[in-house]
Amino acid sequence: MNRLSLFGLLGLVIRRDLLLAMRRRADVLTTLVFFVMVVSLFPLGVGPEPEMLRKMAAGVVWVAALLASMLSLARMFSADYLDGTLEQMLLAPQSLSVLVLGKIVAHWMLSGLPLVLIAPVLGLQFGMSFQGLWVLVLVLLLGTPILSMIGAIGAALTLGLRGGGVLVSLLVLPLCIPVLIFGTGAVDAVNTGMTFIPHVALLGAMFLLSLVFAPWVTAQALRISME
Amino acid sequence: MAINWFKYAAPASFYGLAGKMVPFFAWPAAILFALGIYIGFFVAPTDAVQSEAYRIMFIHVPVSILSMFIYLVMAGYAALGLIFNTRLSSMMATALAPTGALFAFIALWTGALWGKPMWGAWWVWDARLTSELILLFLYLGFIALQASIDDPRRADRAGALLAIVGSVNVPIIYFSVKWWNTLHQGSSIKFSDTSMHIAMKQALFIMLAACWLYVIAVTLVRVRSIILERERNTQWVSELAEVREGERS
Amino acid sequence: MQSYIIRGYFITSRQFNFMLEISNLACVRGDHQLFSGLSFSLGAGELLQVQGENGSGKTSLLRTLCGFMQPAAGEIHWCGRDVHELGEEYYAEMIYLGHLNAIKDELNALENLRISAGLAGCAVDEKEALAALRRMGLRRREHLPVKVLSQGQRRRVALSRLLVGNARLWILDEPLTALDVGAVGLMQELIGEHLSKGGMAIFTTHQPLQVAGVETRQLMLS
Repeated sequence: MNRLSLFGLLGLVIRRDLLLAMRRRADVLTTLVFFVMVVSLFPLGVGPEPEMLRKMAAGVVWVAALLASMLSLARMFSADYLDGTLEQMLLAPQSLSVLVLGKIVAHWMLSGLPLVLIAPVLGLQFGMSFQGLWVLVLVLLLGTPILSMIGAIGAALTLGLRGGGVLVSLLVLPLCIPVLIFGTGAVDAVNTGMTFIPHVALLGAMFLLSLVFAPWVTAQALRISME
Repeated sequence: MAINWFKYAAPASFYGLAGKMVPFFAWPAAILFALGIYIGFFVAPTDAVQSEAYRIMFIHVPVSILSMFIYLVMAGYAALGLIFNTRLSSMMATALAPTGALFAFIALWTGALWGKPMWGAWWVWDARLTSELILLFLYLGFIALQASIDDPRRADRAGALLAIVGSVNVPIIYFSVKWWNTLHQGSSIKFSDTSMHIAMKQALFIMLAACWLYVIAVTLVRVRSIILERERNTQWVSELAEVREGERS
Repeated sequence: MQSYIIRGYFITSRQFNFMLEISNLACVRGDHQLFSGLSFSLGAGELLQVQGENGSGKTSLLRTLCGFMQPAAGEIHWCGRDVHELGEEYYAEMIYLGHLNAIKDELNALENLRISAGLAGCAVDEKEALAALRRMGLRRREHLPVKVLSQGQRRRVALSRLLVGNARLWILDEPLTALDVGAVGLMQELIGEHLSKGGMAIFTTHQPLQVAGVETRQLMLS
């Protein structure tokens, strides 16, 4: 028996969550299907004019991604909470933040990454330009991890509460607004022939800021919720 | 000196002190409010550009300023409660939240009323109005989170963490909304020039002071009832004159 | 040799017998005071049973010892140092098994054991994990998903965690729930081995648990 290094632990948590998700694939698919469905509803709601659809494509994809990631947040810690695994995680002789980071990464790979991969297809439905699609994928790749990180704080705070699913959206959605603004701003900038670099740079800054603080804050929130 | 501070940090001793302090804030608030309304509506001259409609700012501006300020004060109290484990600070944070949400709501409502004659629309996605709306969401999140937790200790601590995360986010949200707004060329209420009439300035400051005092008074009243609710099983509450009176009748 | 300062005396760890020392502990749940002024200590090779009626605070005491709950008053020391200061160092020396089994239905017994040991910081290889499961009487069940196992067998999977790792302090909340007579005997054996190696254990149970050659100390919560 050897002691696990921090990276070993991080890898273990990620592998574990992916393994569990593979044994109940339905959960991953529901998020993805929800995302595709919400995006497809917009043209039905606002009409099929190509010019308008092209203008709102990035916004629609981002709002749908935001809602889809809210949908999967409630599941982030609740299964581990109910079967007692979370208790054991709190007693781990390593930093809880590392465990939490592992769970966040796994959550993103299961709920954020599929959205990023399918987004170009949806963008094509909205008649987005090639360059617009490319930037959309880039900002989604930077932005969806931020949603998972901020969302983890909300999920930890609402652990085991009645109405947890709706409550977590109420807490987390306002905090995600900057991501939405810069994410759609980058695509708009490309469409109007401006540079998208500042938007991406700001998203990158927010990504780093959340990466530094969110796992630690989530760990504190878990300790508060488990008391 | 330090001992004195901690004496009043105990809910039991603060309860009495707060009760004595309330009139000292409530009465000046009422008087200043009456004075501010009088100056604002009868003394201050009509604005050249906005005519009479501008007078709504005497309510809109103070409540907007305070709604943002209260969030920071609330987060500060909540953080104190989380770090130093002082129950009273957490109770103060809980007591401030409804007033903050109310002020954010009034700011939005009066903003819409002001916007109709100015922009010709009840709602314009102006940077300040949008940030105010998001601020209201943040308040509602804080209140909803605390309301759904039964254990007061967990409610205090979870709320504190949320308020701290929120207050870190407030400037980011504000600047992102502002940037978003300038990109989309939104309109914003601007005064024709910086030379506001002296009576306008006076009314504005008096109203700000009145609202501030009101916040303090109403928070003290609310924190008193929170103390009573949380400490209902303790000896000192059952010995309070008003509690014994209530039991007898 | 490490040394500690405790209440003004300078004591070296070899002379320092008590590893877990609880002084003047109080626990409050909601408005309700469960217990207060609780003091005891536990040294190497000692076994402590916490007794009391339902709702007397047995689980709360164990959870406080794990650091899930903050004590309303009092202190918990491990080898002379406050467990709050020790934090992760303390967690490396203890195992807590609660009412919940902390095992995943979707995984098989072997995966469950290896992952839960991994989360607790020790990498266990397959051979070691299989040996532990077989010792717990789960031979030929190692590769079955846990959801097809019975309650007692799931409890055995959870308890097999005790066999891997080298925690000195075992905190067991109702370890015998759902176990059959054979498994209870096995648990007594395991606890006996653990104590003879200088370990210590605190447990609650409503069933009789006797470890041969060890006097079980009793703590009554009322």
